[in-house]
Order: sequence, then C-alpha cells, then structure tokens
Amino acid sequence: MKSVSKIIVLALVFVTLFSCQNDNSPNYQYFPNMYAPIGYEAYGEYDVFPNSQEALLPVEGTISRGHSLYEFENTNEGYATALSDLKSPIASAELDAKRGKELYEIYCGICHGNKGAGQGKLVKREKILGVPSYADRAITEGSIYHVIYYGKNTMGSYANLLNEEERWQVTAYVETLRAELKK
Amino acid sequence: MMKSYQSLEMTSINAMKQEFNLYTLTRKLFSGLLFFSIIFTSLYAQDGDPVKGKSLFNANCAACHQLDKKMTGPALRNVETRLSEDEGLDRVWLNAWIRNSSALIKSGDAYANKIYAEYNGSAMTAFPQFSDEDITDILAYTAQEKAAPVAAVATATQVGQNEGGVSQELVLGALAILFGLLALGLFLVNKTLRRFASANNVEIAEAVKRKSLWKAFIQNQFLMLVMAVFFLLSSAYFVYGYFMQVGVDQGYQPIQPIHYSHKIHAGDNGIDCKYCHSSARVSKHSGIPALNVCMNCHKSIYEVAPSTATEEYTKEFYDGEIKKLYDAVGWDDAEQKYTGNTKPVKWVRIHNLPDFAYFNHSQHVSVAGLECQTCHGPVEEMEIMYQFSPLTMGWCINCHRETNVKVQDNGYYDKIHEALTKKYGVEQLTAAQMGGLECGKCHY
Repeated sequence: MKSVSKIIVLALVFVTLFSCQNDNSPNYQYFPNMYAPIGYEAYGEYDVFPNSQEALLPVEGTISRGHSLYEFENTNEGYATALSDLKSPIASAELDAKRGKELYEIYCGICHGNKGAGQGKLVKREKILGVPSYADRAITEGSIYHVIYYGKNTMGSYANLLNEEERWQVTAYVETLRAELKK
Repeated sequence: MMKSYQSLEMTSINAMKQEFNLYTLTRKLFSGLLFFSIIFTSLYAQDGDPVKGKSLFNANCAACHQLDKKMTGPALRNVETRLSEDEGLDRVWLNAWIRNSSALIKSGDAYANKIYAEYNGSAMTAFPQFSDEDITDILAYTAQEKAAPVAAVATATQVGQNEGGVSQELVLGALAILFGLLALGLFLVNKTLRRFASANNVEIAEAVKRKSLWKAFIQNQFLMLVMAVFFLLSSAYFVYGYFMQVGVDQGYQPIQPIHYSHKIHAGDNGIDCKYCHSSARVSKHSGIPALNVCMNCHKSIYEVAPSTATEEYTKEFYDGEIKKLYDAVGWDDAEQKYTGNTKPVKWVRIHNLPDFAYFNHSQHVSVAGLECQTCHGPVEEMEIMYQFSPLTMGWCINCHRETNVKVQDNGYYDKIHEALTKKYGVEQLTAAQMGGLECGKCHY
C-alpha cells in the first residue's frame, strides 16, 4: 500500500509540473538582462515620452529626413488644384512597373481589384461596396496621388504605408490600368 | 368497318371537347392576367426595378451611402418620400442633385447648400451617366421596407444544436446507468454464489500468500542496475530538455487587448500581410499597424457579416471587438467623425528576439523574397496569433544552410555570386555560403 501512495505522489508532482506550462505568458529567460535591450525599442513604453509611448509623430513643423512637404490641402479645392496642377516628379525612365504592380496588388487591389475595375476581393465578398472602376472617373496622376495621400470619402490615407516614391510608382501603375480599362 | 367508323366519330367528339376546354382556359387566363396587370400597374405606377436598383446602388452609391446608417453621406432609406414630405423636393430636384450636385450647390439652392454644409463640404461624385430609369430603379431599391432580421433563423439553428448536445448527454447517461446495473448484477451474483457455497459447505480456496513482486524486484541486483541506468538516462534527457526550452517562446499565445483574428483578415478576406505590416518591406521591424490602417476598412465595416460568426465567437462578440477599435481610435460611428479622444491599444508583443541577436525584416522580406509564413507559420489560419517557430539560433542557422540566395533581378549580388560559386564549385549559393553563418552577421 505504501508504494501506491508513492506512485500517487509522483503522479501529482508530474501533473503540477505540466500544468505550470502556460501559453499565455512568456517563458523563463536565463540572465534576462542579456535579453532586454538597454536602448529604447520601437513601440516601447518608457517614462521619458509623453503618455509613456515611444511611437511618436514627428514634432510639429519638422519633416523627417528623406521626406518632403506635400503642399496641396485636404479640401475640395486642394483636390481640384492637384487634379489639374500636380505632376509626377519621377521621370518615366525611373518608373518600375513591376514594383508598381506589386505595391498596387498589396495595398489597392484588395478593394479596387487587380485590374482596377472596382472588383477586389473585399468587394466580391460584399464587405466593402461601391468601389468605382478607374475608367468611370475623371482622374489624373495628380488626383490619384492626392487621393493616395489623403484618402477620399470612405477610402483612408495611404501616406503612412507607402513612401513618396512608392506612391508615385503606384500612381503610374493606376494610370496604366485605367488606360487599359478605357480601351 | 362499323367499329372503325364509330371510333372515328368518338375521336372527333373528343377533339371538340378539348378545343372547348382550351378556349375556356385561355379566356380565364387572359382575364386573370388583365386583373393582375391592373393591380401591378396601379401599385408600381412609376416605380422601377428594385433588384436592378440594388446592383446599381452597390456599384455606385454604397461607397458613401447605406440604407439605414449615416456614412460619408446620409442614410438613404425612403429618401424620395422623406424629401418630398419634409422638404417639398421632387424627383426633378433629386435628378439634378444626383447628376451634378456641385452645380446645384453653386446655383444657390437652399437645401443643397444645407446638406453640403451638414456633411462638412464633402462633394458628392456627379453621376451624369445615370438615365431617368436608372435613378428610378435606385429609388425603388431605397424605398423597400427594411428586411426583418435573420436572428430568428439563427436562434432556431442554435436550439437545434443544443438539442443535439442534450441527446448526446442522454445516451451517455443511459450508458452509465447500464454499467451501474451490470456492476450491481455481478456483485449480487457473487454474493448469492458465496451464500450457496457456505450453505453447501463448499470451501472456497483462499489466495496463497506469495512473495510480493516489489520485494523480488528489489532483491534482484541486475534488474536494479538496469533500472538505475534507465532512471539516470531518462532524467538527464528531461533535464536537458528543460534547459533547452528556457528562453524559447514557441507556442506563446498571449491574450491581446482586442481579439484580432488573422484568420478572418488574412485568410478569409485574403488581405496581404504587408497591407497592415507595411514596414516589414522597408525596415528592421515588421511594424504593428497604426489604428488608421484598421480604419481604412472599418470605417465602412462596422459589423461583421452573420456568416463570419462561428460557434466559438458570436457576431455580438466580433461586433464588440470592432467597438473596442472605434473606442481606441476615437471614432464616433453615429456621427461618422473622429472625436480626437484616442486611447492607444497596448498590444502584447509575441515575437521577441533577445537584444544580442540582430534581425532585419526588410532583408528577409524584400531582398530574399521570403514568404512571411516561412517563419510565422500558417498565420492565415490562426484565430488567435501565436509564435510558430522557436526563433532559436539553431533554427536560424538551419534555414541559412538550406536556403539558396535569391540572386535573380538583383545586380548587387552579381559579382560576389560569380566569385563564390567558383570558390565553392556550386551552381547556387546558400545563405550560409554567402556569410550567413558569420557570428558578426547577427551578434555585434
């Protein structure tokens, strides 16, 4: 009878050991001070920042390196001037249709469709409705860029997902799609 | 001869009867049709085809309008009746507004200017291509009664499922009772047999007391030696296993502040990983998307479709999670504008390399062209995100040894690829041969 109680004790120890395994909390670390960074990490929470939030916008009135100002305002007038005045700064030789297509299919194709006819997967599944075909709208490269930058109506801004050069590549690709749709 | 004549007469009479029947039938049908057409024309005197209207609405209007909810533009249920009753505006006004709203605003129309100001000066796209008939169809669609919610059906099916559960429990209970009865029966049989035995003076042989198995085992020295070796080896195995998993978070699945389902977004809806994690293309980090990226879609998707709900997660649950997003980003869904009152979401980080190891996403995603799933596993099937790979050094090295460097369309690698393929005498270089095993590549 003694041996039975020993077996029970052993089984209990095993059960408690395995039940300590918990997927909701991270594992132990060996010398955690080698794991944790000393510098500030992206998305970190540190007291020196406002709201303890490391992720911050650029200080007002400043521009990050490699970025430039966009001078058209997010209004109907801004849209109208961009439509008529804004021209792509990228020479046609530097246009990379392959990259434009790749970016378009990640960011735009999901609603506008990979052909630009407004039949993306979200539209086909009736999650988002009323996405027009590029052929049905009087748009220019300026207005395309403007809408990528600010968004329009239900469409949001893609300024933080694509940088300036990428936005122009996508704009150029949208124009080729539109030309093909108009044929 | 006589017979055949008779039969001929009979058939002709039959034919006459049929003709008569056909005549009455057509007359009845005709009058019926007339009656119905009168009813229909009076009901739909100038109304269009709501089905056609729906497809036009979905293709052209639904980006900014919904039937029962304010979006970029106003809700449109019964718009024609409401306009004529409240504002005294007729179809002519509506036609002018739909075909070119900005011209109507410029002409100084009072209601046009009022609605333009009410919606913060967002100009409605002009639809000059719509014919009168198209507009009639769309208005017929907006004039439809609101469909009764499908909740009744859902509850009905739920009840059905519950019944299934009950019947299973019933079967299990019946089985348990059966086993109980069997055990009781055996016990009773045993008892009566023993009673018979004692009544008939039959001796029941007692079990012979033998040396217990344990004692025999302990006294056998060879067996004990084998056991000791076995215990030592197995404990060494377990201790090694325990030490090797320290600091490895494979399978780590924390509870996030908002229940975000990768399965719905990346799996069912096929949204590219890089749509949300766009910085994986260009930086060290595969960033957590800012909430405005969520709002790119969730500005218009304010509730999940009934088909999205599963048995585990109901529609109400998912809708509640979207409300949490609105709360965090400060979006007033009723007014369709941002309140400016934001609360950052504290996502729990899952994949975390120790500080002494350097890893760059853009190098793997953009240069090497790896699929995200290579390291992160079948994310598109994960309802709750977890760490798929161990992220240990052995795991990294293994992949570097097995994976060829992608040199196509990359002029940067031309020279070194040529030199190193000659040196190693191979066609394709692995990442390891390109220096992917150098300590200083990741540890510095």
